[in-house]
Amino acid sequence: MTTAPAVSIKQLTRVFGSLAAVDHVSFDIGVGEIFGLIGPNGAGKSTLIRMLATLLPPTSGTASIAGFDIVQSPAMVRRHIGYVPQLLSADAALTGFENMLLSARLYGVPRRERKSRIESALERMGLAPSAHHLAGQYSGGMLRRLELAQSLLHRPEVLILDEPTVGLDPTARDTVWERVLELRDRFQRTMIVTSHLMQEIEKFCDRIAVIDRGHIVALGTPAELKAGLGPNATLDDVFIGLVGGKESEQKGSYGDVRRNRQALREHG
Amino acid sequence: MSDATGRPFVSTAEPLTGRVGDYLVQTWAVAAAEVQKLVHDPLELLTRAVQPVLLLMLFGEVMARVHGIAPGNLPYIDYLAAGILAQSALFVAIFYGISAIWERDLGVLQRYLSSPAPRSALVLGKAVSAGVRALSQAIIVYALAILLGVGLSFNPLDMLGVAAVIFIGSALFSTLSLIIACIVKTRERFMGIGQVMTMPIFFASNAIYPLSLMPDWLKAVSHVNPLTYEVDALRGLMLKNAVSDYGLALDFAILVAATAALTAIAARLYSRLGY
Repeated sequence: MTTAPAVSIKQLTRVFGSLAAVDHVSFDIGVGEIFGLIGPNGAGKSTLIRMLATLLPPTSGTASIAGFDIVQSPAMVRRHIGYVPQLLSADAALTGFENMLLSARLYGVPRRERKSRIESALERMGLAPSAHHLAGQYSGGMLRRLELAQSLLHRPEVLILDEPTVGLDPTARDTVWERVLELRDRFQRTMIVTSHLMQEIEKFCDRIAVIDRGHIVALGTPAELKAGLGPNATLDDVFIGLVGGKESEQKGSYGDVRRNRQALREHG
Repeated sequence: MSDATGRPFVSTAEPLTGRVGDYLVQTWAVAAAEVQKLVHDPLELLTRAVQPVLLLMLFGEVMARVHGIAPGNLPYIDYLAAGILAQSALFVAIFYGISAIWERDLGVLQRYLSSPAPRSALVLGKAVSAGVRALSQAIIVYALAILLGVGLSFNPLDMLGVAAVIFIGSALFSTLSLIIACIVKTRERFMGIGQVMTMPIFFASNAIYPLSLMPDWLKAVSHVNPLTYEVDALRGLMLKNAVSDYGLALDFAILVAATAALTAIAARLYSRLGY
Protein backbone atom coordinates (compact mmCIF):
# COMPACT_ATOMS: atom_id res chain seq x y z
CA MET A 1 0.00 0.00 0.00
CA THR A 2 1.36 3.39 -0.89
CA THR A 3 0.83 6.12 1.60
CA ALA A 4 1.95 9.70 1.58
CA PRO A 5 4.94 10.33 3.83
CA ALA A 6 4.21 11.85 7.23
CA VAL A 7 6.99 14.37 6.71
CA SER A 8 8.41 15.43 3.39
CA ILE A 9 11.35 17.83 3.43
CA LYS A 10 12.31 19.53 0.16
CA GLN A 11 15.47 21.57 -0.32
CA LEU A 12 15.01 23.06 3.13
CA THR A 13 17.54 25.79 3.82
CA ARG A 14 18.18 28.27 6.58
CA VAL A 15 20.95 30.82 6.36
CA PHE A 16 22.21 32.83 9.34
CA GLY A 17 24.39 35.66 8.06
CA SER A 18 26.86 33.92 5.77
CA LEU A 19 26.39 30.49 7.34
CA ALA A 20 23.98 27.96 5.89
CA ALA A 21 22.95 26.17 9.09
CA VAL A 22 20.72 23.86 7.06
CA ASP A 23 21.70 23.60 3.41
CA HIS A 24 19.24 22.21 0.83
CA VAL A 25 18.16 19.25 2.91
CA SER A 26 15.61 16.81 1.45
CA PHE A 27 14.21 13.55 2.79
CA ASP A 28 10.93 11.85 3.67
CA ILE A 29 9.73 10.19 6.86
CA GLY A 30 7.08 7.48 6.65
CA VAL A 31 3.96 7.19 8.76
CA GLY A 32 4.67 5.41 12.03
CA GLU A 33 8.40 5.74 11.68
CA ILE A 34 10.71 6.69 14.55
CA PHE A 35 13.26 8.81 12.80
CA GLY A 36 16.51 9.73 14.51
CA LEU A 37 18.50 12.83 13.74
CA ILE A 38 22.09 12.92 14.90
CA GLY A 39 25.04 15.19 14.33
CA PRO A 40 27.66 17.17 16.22
CA ASN A 41 26.83 20.40 18.04
CA GLY A 42 26.14 23.16 15.58
CA ALA A 43 25.53 20.73 12.72
CA GLY A 44 22.06 22.10 12.06
CA LYS A 45 19.88 19.61 13.99
CA SER A 46 18.18 22.24 16.08
CA THR A 47 17.71 24.62 13.17
CA LEU A 48 16.10 21.83 11.14
CA ILE A 49 13.87 20.82 14.03
CA ARG A 50 12.81 24.39 14.72
CA MET A 51 11.86 24.90 11.09
CA LEU A 52 9.75 21.73 11.15
CA ALA A 53 8.09 22.91 14.35
CA THR A 54 7.27 26.21 12.55
CA LEU A 55 9.28 28.23 15.05
CA LEU A 56 11.78 29.42 12.46
CA PRO A 57 10.88 30.26 8.86
CA PRO A 58 13.15 28.68 6.23
CA THR A 59 15.29 30.91 4.03
CA SER A 60 14.31 28.73 1.07
CA GLY A 61 12.81 25.33 0.40
CA THR A 62 9.97 23.90 2.42
CA ALA A 63 8.57 20.82 4.12
CA SER A 64 5.15 19.34 4.52
CA ILE A 65 3.98 17.64 7.67
CA ALA A 66 0.79 15.56 7.71
CA GLY A 67 0.06 17.07 4.31
CA PHE A 68 0.43 20.70 5.35
CA ASP A 69 3.14 23.04 4.17
CA ILE A 70 5.25 24.65 6.92
CA VAL A 71 5.64 27.87 4.92
CA GLN A 72 2.15 28.17 3.43
CA SER A 73 0.08 27.00 6.38
CA PRO A 74 2.11 26.94 9.58
CA ALA A 75 -1.06 27.19 11.69
CA MET A 76 -2.37 23.92 10.22
CA VAL A 77 0.99 22.25 10.76
CA ARG A 78 0.92 23.32 14.41
CA ARG A 79 -2.41 21.57 14.90
CA HIS A 80 -1.01 18.29 13.63
CA ILE A 81 2.33 18.18 15.41
CA GLY A 82 3.38 17.81 18.99
CA TYR A 83 6.67 19.50 19.83
CA VAL A 84 8.82 18.94 22.88
CA PRO A 85 11.70 21.42 22.80
CA GLN A 86 15.07 20.57 24.24
CA LEU A 87 14.62 23.34 26.76
CA LEU A 88 12.25 23.16 29.66
CA SER A 89 8.80 23.84 28.25
CA ALA A 90 6.70 22.87 31.25
CA ASP A 91 6.08 25.81 33.54
CA ALA A 92 7.69 25.20 36.93
CA ALA A 93 5.32 27.61 38.68
CA LEU A 94 2.24 25.60 37.63
CA THR A 95 1.14 22.14 38.71
CA GLY A 96 1.25 19.23 36.31
CA PHE A 97 -2.48 19.45 35.88
CA GLU A 98 -2.37 23.20 35.21
CA ASN A 99 0.35 22.72 32.62
CA MET A 100 -1.88 20.17 30.91
CA LEU A 101 -4.86 22.49 31.12
CA LEU A 102 -2.85 25.22 29.42
CA SER A 103 -2.03 22.92 26.52
CA ALA A 104 -5.58 21.59 26.30
CA ARG A 105 -6.94 25.11 25.96
CA LEU A 106 -4.31 26.26 23.48
CA TYR A 107 -5.03 23.25 21.28
CA GLY A 108 -8.80 23.54 21.48
CA VAL A 109 -9.52 20.29 23.32
CA PRO A 110 -13.30 20.50 23.86
CA ARG A 111 -14.19 21.71 27.32
CA ARG A 112 -16.21 18.64 28.32
CA GLU A 113 -13.29 16.32 27.45
CA ARG A 114 -10.48 18.32 29.01
CA LYS A 115 -10.51 16.90 32.51
CA SER A 116 -10.89 13.26 31.52
CA ARG A 117 -8.28 13.47 28.80
CA ILE A 118 -5.80 15.25 31.04
CA GLU A 119 -6.31 12.70 33.80
CA SER A 120 -5.89 9.72 31.52
CA ALA A 121 -2.79 11.25 29.91
CA LEU A 122 -1.22 11.91 33.32
CA GLU A 123 -2.15 8.38 34.35
CA ARG A 124 -0.49 6.90 31.26
CA MET A 125 2.69 8.87 31.94
CA GLY A 126 2.75 7.75 35.57
CA LEU A 127 2.13 11.28 36.84
CA ALA A 128 -1.32 10.89 38.34
CA PRO A 129 -0.09 10.94 41.97
CA SER A 130 1.78 14.22 41.40
CA ALA A 131 -0.80 15.89 39.18
CA HIS A 132 -1.41 18.63 41.70
CA HIS A 133 2.19 19.24 42.70
CA LEU A 134 4.10 22.14 41.18
CA ALA A 135 6.14 21.05 38.17
CA GLY A 136 9.09 22.77 39.83
CA GLN A 137 9.16 19.89 42.31
CA TYR A 138 9.26 17.21 39.59
CA SER A 139 12.37 15.20 38.77
CA GLY A 140 13.93 15.55 35.31
CA GLY A 141 12.26 12.36 34.12
CA MET A 142 8.86 13.40 35.42
CA LEU A 143 9.19 16.78 33.67
CA ARG A 144 9.98 15.11 30.37
CA ARG A 145 6.96 12.82 30.76
CA LEU A 146 4.80 15.81 31.62
CA GLU A 147 6.04 17.61 28.50
CA LEU A 148 5.34 14.52 26.42
CA ALA A 149 1.84 14.34 27.87
CA GLN A 150 1.31 18.04 27.11
CA SER A 151 2.37 17.63 23.51
CA LEU A 152 0.08 14.62 23.02
CA LEU A 153 -3.20 15.99 24.37
CA HIS A 154 -4.39 17.07 20.94
CA ARG A 155 -3.42 13.68 19.47
CA PRO A 156 -0.93 14.92 16.89
CA GLU A 157 0.10 12.76 13.96
CA VAL A 158 3.75 13.76 14.12
CA LEU A 159 5.74 14.22 17.29
CA ILE A 160 8.95 16.23 17.26
CA LEU A 161 11.23 15.49 20.21
CA ASP A 162 14.40 17.54 20.52
CA GLU A 163 16.86 15.75 22.80
CA PRO A 164 14.08 14.19 24.91
CA THR A 165 16.52 12.33 27.17
CA VAL A 166 19.15 15.02 27.69
CA GLY A 167 20.26 15.18 31.30
CA LEU A 168 18.23 12.13 32.37
CA ASP A 169 19.59 9.12 34.22
CA PRO A 170 19.38 5.74 32.43
CA THR A 171 16.19 4.66 34.20
CA ALA A 172 14.40 7.89 33.37
CA ARG A 173 15.66 7.65 29.78
CA ASP A 174 14.23 4.17 29.41
CA THR A 175 10.88 5.30 30.77
CA VAL A 176 10.72 8.11 28.23
CA TRP A 177 11.60 5.73 25.40
CA GLU A 178 9.02 3.19 26.58
CA ARG A 179 6.34 5.84 26.23
CA VAL A 180 7.62 6.87 22.81
CA LEU A 181 7.60 3.28 21.55
CA GLU A 182 4.14 2.72 22.95
CA LEU A 183 2.85 5.75 21.08
CA ARG A 184 4.22 4.42 17.85
CA ASP A 185 3.07 0.85 18.38
CA ARG A 186 -0.41 1.61 19.67
CA PHE A 187 -1.24 4.81 17.86
CA GLN A 188 0.99 4.79 14.78
CA ARG A 189 2.42 8.20 15.59
CA THR A 190 5.39 9.37 13.59
CA MET A 191 8.37 10.63 15.60
CA ILE A 192 11.35 12.76 14.83
CA VAL A 193 13.89 12.45 17.62
CA THR A 194 17.29 14.04 18.12
CA SER A 195 19.79 12.73 20.60
CA HIS A 196 23.46 12.82 21.45
CA LEU A 197 23.35 9.23 22.65
CA MET A 198 24.17 6.86 19.81
CA GLN A 199 23.11 3.79 21.77
CA GLU A 200 19.56 4.94 22.22
CA ILE A 201 19.23 6.23 18.66
CA GLU A 202 20.53 2.88 17.40
CA LYS A 203 18.26 0.90 19.67
CA PHE A 204 15.00 2.75 19.16
CA CYS A 205 15.03 4.44 15.74
CA ASP A 206 13.83 2.81 12.54
CA ARG A 207 15.93 5.10 10.39
CA ILE A 208 18.61 7.67 11.09
CA ALA A 209 19.91 10.73 9.32
CA VAL A 210 23.37 12.03 10.17
CA ILE A 211 23.62 15.75 9.68
CA ASP A 212 26.88 17.67 9.52
CA ARG A 213 27.49 21.30 8.58
CA GLY A 214 23.97 21.64 7.32
CA HIS A 215 24.06 18.58 5.06
CA ILE A 216 22.64 15.08 5.42
CA VAL A 217 25.79 12.97 5.16
CA ALA A 218 24.14 9.58 5.68
CA LEU A 219 20.62 8.24 5.89
CA GLY A 220 19.37 4.71 6.48
CA THR A 221 18.50 2.07 9.05
CA PRO A 222 21.08 1.57 11.81
CA ALA A 223 22.08 -1.72 10.13
CA GLU A 224 22.57 -0.04 6.77
CA LEU A 225 24.72 2.67 8.24
CA LYS A 226 26.93 0.16 10.03
CA ALA A 227 27.10 -2.30 7.13
CA GLY A 228 30.16 -0.77 5.49
CA LEU A 229 32.23 -0.77 8.65
CA GLY A 230 32.62 -4.42 9.57
CA PRO A 231 30.74 -6.73 11.92
CA ASN A 232 31.62 -5.08 15.20
CA ALA A 233 30.99 -1.52 14.16
CA THR A 234 28.85 0.65 16.38
CA LEU A 235 26.94 3.73 15.47
CA ASP A 236 29.65 5.70 17.25
CA ASP A 237 32.10 4.44 14.65
CA VAL A 238 29.73 5.49 11.90
CA PHE A 239 29.35 8.91 13.44
CA ILE A 240 33.07 9.50 13.87
CA GLY A 241 33.76 8.16 10.39
CA LEU A 242 31.25 10.52 8.84
CA VAL A 243 31.77 13.74 10.69
CA GLY A 244 35.35 13.23 11.83
CA GLY A 245 36.61 13.15 15.39
CA LYS A 246 36.89 16.92 15.44
CA GLU A 247 34.56 19.07 17.41
CA SER A 248 32.63 21.42 15.19
CA GLU A 249 33.75 24.99 15.60
CA GLN A 250 31.34 26.36 13.07
CA LYS A 251 28.48 27.46 15.19
CA GLY A 252 27.12 27.19 18.69
CA SER A 253 27.20 30.60 20.26
CA TYR A 254 27.84 31.30 23.92
CA GLY A 255 24.10 31.80 24.29
CA ASP A 256 23.35 28.32 22.91
CA VAL A 257 25.84 26.73 25.25
CA ARG A 258 24.44 28.62 28.18
CA ARG A 259 20.93 27.56 27.33
CA ASN A 260 21.95 23.92 26.87
CA ARG A 261 23.76 23.82 30.17
CA GLN A 262 20.87 25.54 31.84
CA ALA A 263 18.51 22.96 30.39
CA LEU A 264 20.81 20.23 31.65
CA ARG A 265 20.91 21.71 35.09
CA GLU A 266 17.19 22.08 35.29
CA HIS A 267 16.48 18.60 34.01
CA GLY A 268 19.12 16.98 36.15
CA MET B 1 -3.21 4.40 10.57
CA SER B 2 -4.06 4.64 6.91
CA ASP B 3 -7.51 3.49 5.98
CA ALA B 4 -8.90 1.69 2.96
CA THR B 5 -9.42 4.90 1.02
CA GLY B 6 -5.69 5.41 0.88
CA ARG B 7 -5.97 8.49 2.99
CA PRO B 8 -2.63 8.64 4.71
CA PHE B 9 -3.78 9.83 8.09
CA VAL B 10 -6.70 9.43 10.33
CA SER B 11 -6.75 12.99 11.46
CA THR B 12 -7.07 12.98 15.19
CA ALA B 13 -6.09 16.59 15.69
CA GLU B 14 -8.63 18.86 17.26
CA PRO B 15 -11.21 20.54 15.08
CA LEU B 16 -10.15 24.10 15.87
CA THR B 17 -12.47 26.16 13.78
CA GLY B 18 -10.96 29.59 14.27
CA ARG B 19 -14.19 30.79 15.84
CA VAL B 20 -14.33 33.60 18.34
CA GLY B 21 -14.92 31.02 21.07
CA ASP B 22 -11.63 29.25 20.33
CA TYR B 23 -9.82 32.57 20.27
CA LEU B 24 -11.19 33.53 23.67
CA VAL B 25 -10.30 30.14 25.15
CA GLN B 26 -6.75 30.44 23.82
CA THR B 27 -6.41 33.97 25.19
CA TRP B 28 -7.75 32.79 28.53
CA ALA B 29 -5.39 29.79 28.50
CA VAL B 30 -2.42 32.14 28.73
CA ALA B 31 -4.06 34.51 31.21
CA ALA B 32 -5.34 31.69 33.43
CA ALA B 33 -1.86 30.19 33.68
CA GLU B 34 -0.54 33.52 34.96
CA VAL B 35 -3.39 33.87 37.42
CA GLN B 36 -2.75 30.35 38.72
CA LYS B 37 0.88 31.30 39.31
CA LEU B 38 -0.24 34.29 41.38
CA VAL B 39 -2.47 32.02 43.43
CA HIS B 40 0.49 29.69 44.09
CA ASP B 41 2.76 32.57 45.06
CA PRO B 42 0.76 35.61 46.22
CA LEU B 43 3.71 37.04 48.13
CA GLU B 44 4.93 38.70 44.96
CA LEU B 45 1.83 40.87 44.88
CA LEU B 46 2.49 42.15 48.38
CA THR B 47 6.14 42.96 47.74
CA ARG B 48 5.19 44.82 44.57
CA ALA B 49 2.76 46.93 46.56
CA VAL B 50 5.54 48.33 48.74
CA GLN B 51 6.60 51.00 46.27
CA PRO B 52 3.21 52.67 45.80
CA VAL B 53 2.66 52.55 49.55
CA LEU B 54 5.95 54.37 50.15
CA LEU B 55 5.21 56.92 47.46
CA LEU B 56 1.84 57.75 48.93
CA MET B 57 2.92 57.77 52.56
CA LEU B 58 6.30 59.52 52.28
CA PHE B 59 6.25 61.59 49.10
CA GLY B 60 2.53 62.25 49.35
CA GLU B 61 2.54 63.33 52.98
CA VAL B 62 5.37 65.80 52.44
CA MET B 63 4.13 67.21 49.16
CA ALA B 64 0.67 67.65 50.64
CA ARG B 65 2.14 70.61 52.55
CA VAL B 66 3.03 72.39 49.31
CA HIS B 67 0.01 74.30 48.10
CA GLY B 68 -0.93 75.04 44.54
CA ILE B 69 0.10 71.81 42.83
CA ALA B 70 -3.32 70.25 42.59
CA PRO B 71 -5.89 72.35 40.76
CA GLY B 72 -8.70 74.04 42.68
CA ASN B 73 -9.42 72.95 46.24
CA LEU B 74 -8.46 69.33 45.69
CA PRO B 75 -6.12 68.10 48.46
CA TYR B 76 -2.79 67.03 46.97
CA ILE B 77 -3.03 63.57 48.52
CA ASP B 78 -6.27 63.04 46.57
CA TYR B 79 -4.64 64.30 43.41
CA LEU B 80 -1.64 62.05 43.95
CA ALA B 81 -3.65 58.92 44.80
CA ALA B 82 -4.87 58.54 41.22
CA GLY B 83 -1.35 59.08 39.91
CA ILE B 84 0.11 56.49 42.26
CA LEU B 85 -2.56 53.99 41.35
CA ALA B 86 -1.58 54.39 37.70
CA GLN B 87 2.10 54.33 38.63
CA SER B 88 1.83 51.04 40.52
CA ALA B 89 0.18 49.44 37.50
CA LEU B 90 2.73 50.99 35.14
CA PHE B 91 5.78 49.80 37.06
CA VAL B 92 4.52 46.23 37.10
CA ALA B 93 3.48 46.29 33.46
CA ILE B 94 6.61 47.88 32.04
CA PHE B 95 8.80 45.04 33.32
CA TYR B 96 6.38 42.42 32.13
CA GLY B 97 8.43 41.73 29.01
CA ILE B 98 11.20 40.31 31.14
CA SER B 99 9.02 37.29 31.91
CA ALA B 100 8.65 36.73 28.17
CA ILE B 101 12.45 36.69 27.84
CA TRP B 102 12.63 34.39 30.82
CA GLU B 103 10.12 32.04 29.16
CA ARG B 104 12.18 32.16 25.99
CA ASP B 105 15.35 31.16 27.83
CA LEU B 106 13.55 28.35 29.61
CA GLY B 107 11.58 26.96 26.68
CA VAL B 108 8.03 27.76 27.78
CA LEU B 109 7.80 30.28 24.94
CA GLN B 110 8.50 27.51 22.44
CA ARG B 111 5.48 25.65 23.78
CA TYR B 112 3.29 28.70 23.23
CA LEU B 113 4.66 29.37 19.76
CA SER B 114 4.38 25.78 18.53
CA SER B 115 0.71 25.73 19.50
CA PRO B 116 -1.96 26.62 16.94
CA ALA B 117 -3.14 29.63 18.96
CA PRO B 118 -3.07 32.85 16.92
CA ARG B 119 -0.11 34.96 18.01
CA SER B 120 -2.44 37.81 18.88
CA ALA B 121 -4.36 35.53 21.28
CA LEU B 122 -1.08 34.70 23.05
CA VAL B 123 -0.12 38.36 23.29
CA LEU B 124 -3.57 39.36 24.44
CA GLY B 125 -3.53 36.61 27.06
CA LYS B 126 -0.33 38.05 28.51
CA ALA B 127 -1.92 41.52 28.50
CA VAL B 128 -5.01 40.23 30.31
CA SER B 129 -2.87 38.62 32.97
CA ALA B 130 -0.99 41.89 33.49
CA GLY B 131 -4.38 43.53 33.96
CA VAL B 132 -5.46 40.97 36.55
CA ARG B 133 -2.20 41.44 38.42
CA ALA B 134 -2.57 45.21 38.44
CA LEU B 135 -6.15 44.95 39.70
CA SER B 136 -5.08 42.95 42.71
CA GLN B 137 -2.55 45.65 43.52
CA ALA B 138 -5.08 48.38 42.98
CA ILE B 139 -7.04 46.94 45.87
CA ILE B 140 -4.05 47.52 48.15
CA VAL B 141 -3.59 51.11 46.95
CA TYR B 142 -7.32 51.70 47.42
CA ALA B 143 -7.19 50.39 50.98
CA LEU B 144 -4.31 52.71 51.74
CA ALA B 145 -6.08 55.66 50.15
CA ILE B 146 -9.02 55.09 52.46
CA LEU B 147 -6.67 55.07 55.46
CA LEU B 148 -5.08 58.32 54.33
CA GLY B 149 -8.48 59.94 54.08
CA VAL B 150 -8.51 60.41 50.32
CA GLY B 151 -11.92 61.58 49.12
CA LEU B 152 -12.79 58.45 47.13
CA SER B 153 -15.99 57.88 45.24
CA PHE B 154 -17.66 54.60 46.21
CA ASN B 155 -20.23 54.75 43.47
CA PRO B 156 -20.16 51.18 42.05
CA LEU B 157 -20.13 52.47 38.47
CA ASP B 158 -17.14 54.69 39.20
CA MET B 159 -15.31 51.79 40.83
CA LEU B 160 -16.06 49.57 37.88
CA GLY B 161 -14.69 52.32 35.68
CA VAL B 162 -11.51 52.50 37.76
CA ALA B 163 -11.07 48.73 37.38
CA ALA B 164 -11.53 49.01 33.63
CA VAL B 165 -8.99 51.83 33.31
CA ILE B 166 -6.40 49.98 35.43
CA PHE B 167 -7.00 46.85 33.40
CA ILE B 168 -6.64 48.50 30.01
CA GLY B 169 -3.70 50.66 31.11
CA SER B 170 -1.81 47.58 32.33
CA ALA B 171 -2.58 45.71 29.15
CA LEU B 172 -1.28 48.68 27.19
CA PHE B 173 2.04 49.06 28.98
CA SER B 174 2.66 45.31 29.34
CA THR B 175 2.22 44.93 25.60
CA LEU B 176 4.63 47.82 25.01
CA SER B 177 7.01 45.97 27.31
CA LEU B 178 6.53 42.75 25.35
CA ILE B 179 7.40 44.58 22.12
CA ILE B 180 10.64 45.80 23.66
CA ALA B 181 11.39 42.26 24.87
CA CYS B 182 10.87 40.92 21.34
CA ILE B 183 13.36 43.47 20.02
CA VAL B 184 16.13 43.25 22.62
CA LYS B 185 15.74 39.54 23.49
CA THR B 186 18.11 39.48 26.49
CA ARG B 187 17.36 40.22 30.11
CA GLU B 188 20.39 42.46 30.55
CA ARG B 189 19.48 44.77 27.69
CA PHE B 190 15.85 44.73 28.72
CA MET B 191 16.58 45.81 32.30
CA GLY B 192 18.53 48.79 31.02
CA ILE B 193 15.80 49.90 28.66
CA GLY B 194 13.03 49.25 31.19
CA GLN B 195 14.73 51.53 33.72
CA VAL B 196 15.25 54.22 31.10
CA MET B 197 11.62 54.10 30.01
CA THR B 198 9.75 54.16 33.31
CA MET B 199 11.00 57.55 34.44
CA PRO B 200 10.00 59.58 31.36
CA ILE B 201 6.63 57.81 31.12
CA PHE B 202 5.99 58.62 34.77
CA PHE B 203 7.33 62.17 34.94
CA ALA B 204 6.16 63.29 31.49
CA SER B 205 2.58 62.76 32.57
CA ASN B 206 0.02 64.24 34.92
CA ALA B 207 0.65 61.49 37.52
CA ILE B 208 2.15 63.70 40.25
CA TYR B 209 1.64 67.25 38.94
CA PRO B 210 -0.66 68.85 36.38
CA LEU B 211 0.43 69.58 32.82
CA SER B 212 -0.18 73.29 33.49
CA LEU B 213 3.01 73.43 35.58
CA MET B 214 5.13 72.01 32.76
CA PRO B 215 7.23 73.85 30.20
CA ASP B 216 5.70 73.69 26.72
CA TRP B 217 7.96 70.97 25.34
CA LEU B 218 7.20 68.66 28.24
CA LYS B 219 3.52 69.47 27.91
CA ALA B 220 3.69 68.30 24.30
CA VAL B 221 5.35 65.03 25.33
CA SER B 222 2.79 64.48 28.06
CA HIS B 223 -0.03 64.96 25.59
CA VAL B 224 1.09 61.92 23.58
CA ASN B 225 1.81 59.82 26.66
CA PRO B 226 -0.99 57.27 27.22
CA LEU B 227 -0.33 57.40 30.96
CA THR B 228 -1.70 60.97 30.99
CA TYR B 229 -5.06 59.70 29.77
CA GLU B 230 -5.02 56.76 32.16
CA VAL B 231 -4.40 59.08 35.12
CA ASP B 232 -6.97 61.58 33.84
CA ALA B 233 -9.64 58.89 33.65
CA LEU B 234 -8.69 57.54 37.07
CA ARG B 235 -8.97 61.00 38.65
CA GLY B 236 -12.35 61.56 37.12
CA LEU B 237 -13.63 58.18 38.30
CA MET B 238 -12.05 57.45 41.66
CA LEU B 239 -12.20 60.87 43.33
CA LYS B 240 -15.34 62.37 44.76
CA ASN B 241 -14.28 65.96 44.07
CA ALA B 242 -12.54 65.80 40.71
CA VAL B 243 -13.52 65.54 37.06
CA SER B 244 -11.47 64.36 34.11
CA ASP B 245 -9.83 67.13 32.06
CA TYR B 246 -10.15 65.46 28.68
CA GLY B 247 -13.44 63.61 29.14
CA LEU B 248 -13.76 59.90 29.89
CA ALA B 249 -14.80 59.06 26.33
CA LEU B 250 -11.56 60.45 24.90
CA ASP B 251 -9.49 58.83 27.66
CA PHE B 252 -10.99 55.41 27.01
CA ALA B 253 -10.79 55.80 23.24
CA ILE B 254 -7.08 56.62 23.38
CA LEU B 255 -6.28 53.81 25.82
CA VAL B 256 -8.19 51.18 23.82
CA ALA B 257 -6.80 52.34 20.47
CA ALA B 258 -3.22 52.38 21.77
CA THR B 259 -3.65 48.89 23.27
CA ALA B 260 -5.09 47.54 20.02
CA ALA B 261 -2.27 49.03 17.96
CA LEU B 262 0.41 47.71 20.31
CA THR B 263 -1.21 44.25 20.38
CA ALA B 264 -1.13 44.13 16.59
CA ILE B 265 2.57 45.04 16.58
CA ALA B 266 3.41 42.61 19.40
CA ALA B 267 1.57 39.78 17.64
CA ARG B 268 3.82 40.26 14.62
CA LEU B 269 6.99 40.39 16.70
CA TYR B 270 6.19 37.62 19.20
CA SER B 271 7.18 34.82 16.80
CA ARG B 272 10.56 36.46 16.31
CA LEU B 273 11.27 36.14 20.00
CA GLY B 274 11.45 32.38 19.40
CA TYR B 275 14.04 32.53 16.58
